[in-house]
Amino acid sequence: MPKIRIHRAAMSAALAALGCCVLGGCSIEPWVKPYERDHMADKIMSLDPNPVSSAYIDHVHDAREGARGATGGAGGGCGCN
Amino acid sequence: MTRGIVVGLLLLMLARTGGAGVLPEDRADLLLHSYDGGGVTIQGPSLLVRKQFAQKFSVSANYYVDKVSSASIDVITTASPYKEQRTQKSIGFDYLHDRWTMNLGFISSVENDYTANTFTFGVSQDVFGDLTTISLGYSLGNNEVRRRGDATFHDTVKMQSYRLGVSQILTKNLLVGFSFETITDEGFLNNPYRQVRYLDSGSPIGYSYEREIYPRTHTSDAAALRMRYYLPWRAALSAEYRDYHDTWGVKGGTFELGYTHPVDRWTFDGKIRSYSQTKGNFYADLFPRSHYQNFIARDKELSTFSSQSISLGATYDIMKGGWKFIQKGTLNIVFDHFMFDYQDFRDLRTIAATPGTEPLYNFDADVFEFFASFWF
Amino acid sequence: MLRAFSIVVLSALVASLAWAADAVKGPAPGFALQSRDGAKVSPAQFKGDVVMINFWATWCVPCRAEMPKLEALYQHYNKLGFKLLAVNVENNPDGVKKWLAETPVSFPVLFDTKSEVSKLYKVETMPTTVIVAKDGTMRYLHHGYQPGYENDYQTEVRTLLRE
Repeated sequence: MPKIRIHRAAMSAALAALGCCVLGGCSIEPWVKPYERDHMADKIMSLDPNPVSSAYIDHVHDAREGARGATGGAGGGCGCN
Repeated sequence: MTRGIVVGLLLLMLARTGGAGVLPEDRADLLLHSYDGGGVTIQGPSLLVRKQFAQKFSVSANYYVDKVSSASIDVITTASPYKEQRTQKSIGFDYLHDRWTMNLGFISSVENDYTANTFTFGVSQDVFGDLTTISLGYSLGNNEVRRRGDATFHDTVKMQSYRLGVSQILTKNLLVGFSFETITDEGFLNNPYRQVRYLDSGSPIGYSYEREIYPRTHTSDAAALRMRYYLPWRAALSAEYRDYHDTWGVKGGTFELGYTHPVDRWTFDGKIRSYSQTKGNFYADLFPRSHYQNFIARDKELSTFSSQSISLGATYDIMKGGWKFIQKGTLNIVFDHFMFDYQDFRDLRTIAATPGTEPLYNFDADVFEFFASFWF
Repeated sequence: MLRAFSIVVLSALVASLAWAADAVKGPAPGFALQSRDGAKVSPAQFKGDVVMINFWATWCVPCRAEMPKLEALYQHYNKLGFKLLAVNVENNPDGVKKWLAETPVSFPVLFDTKSEVSKLYKVETMPTTVIVAKDGTMRYLHHGYQPGYENDYQTEVRTLLRE
């Protein structure tokens, strides 16, 4: 499976670069300031606005499909506090 | 090694101090759900309540019921239609400390031939000026499998799941997320009623049935990438791709595209979803002879198939400005239409001259959700 | 794949350990912003008074929760030499004025529509509260709002009023 090997090598190289930069402390300033989070705070940008509905439809999919997992997500929002 | 990394990350996250995260909102939701497709109808309620305490804790509880009436293709061809009920109760605790949130949950699902008890644990933290959210999760499940009409049959399943998620705000308008989940099961992993068919010249229809035999372990990996984009006229575009593969040889891919559009007190959602998978190693619609190989399955969930669906939803804000202790309320309706198409699972309601030439199976399903949500 | 990804996550967490808030010191940077009645307001106008500068937005839930507490604080200490400037960070003042019509406050609300003052004060969280002493130097900095912070504000304002 040569494709997977190339893919993994590229991933490792990218991770090594990121790791060095990050551990070396090239301090990254947040490029979206907290006062620019108005769109992120909008309810239409919420990743999971109705948990009772998303849990149900995930169950409908899981019960009939072979695949399972990696259905969740947290983050975004206004970042307040 | 994976487990070691996850535990290490958990400990590192617990050691962090900094600013503060946010607990989920206080709310109550009542959902009425209905599924109708492939000879199966399932209806029931789902009630969810969540409340914060002392600004540090949030407790949630869910009561969910599936009332099943099944005359599915498997049931009709090898058994008789049945009715049953599955009740699921769960409770969750969220604890907020500085910038991280920890959650613990217990889920209990009971039906007349299956009991599942699951414990879940998770930690999430905001870093990099709150642009990045990192989450880790672990679940442990202990299930009991029984067979109706056979008091001697009893077996167990142990399930463990490891989850990792990172979500990143890339621009003022773009949020992306990656998530990974590895699940391992051990024990009796198939349906205790399902049977495989094999060519049998001695049978009047040309084939006979025998019980499925599955491996007693199963490990799967799923990786998903999702994004949400804020459009200038105040609407949101979402996209998701999930890749799945497991030790049974099943490979699956999910692609979903969605659009959310608010208008005054209404919000409209539209989604299209496409799922396709290739069959598991030990699956076949028709085996050449009895006990053809060590593991044999004819579960259409392990076959090669695709599922396309379209979803339409509408939300109406019923309480502009609130009422007494209720700050906000919405009424919601969602409709999903599914189209399942099987490439190597045949519809045995038709007797064919030669077994293995029956028409390929397909079915449509309609799902309705009607729910009311209140925030307080 | 999970292994490689975990390494990225571990690196991110280690890097985030370096992310620390600066302690506040030095003179409060000067600025002039338009207020609700159209007049330009600047903290320099209140030299000799204790000034609280609060950065907020209508879309920020803790900011909205903090507003009544700030109103109570203002009502209590305004006559003793306490001034409160609520700097709103949104691009469109009309939406803010609508919100204020439903939740009135008596202290000045200033509009930082171009985010210049937010950048000047290096606002890192929403809300951010800076308390400036009578001599114009910044003394206290609060990131975010949690119920109970108003007690800290009260203690700090009283300390500075006594100077």
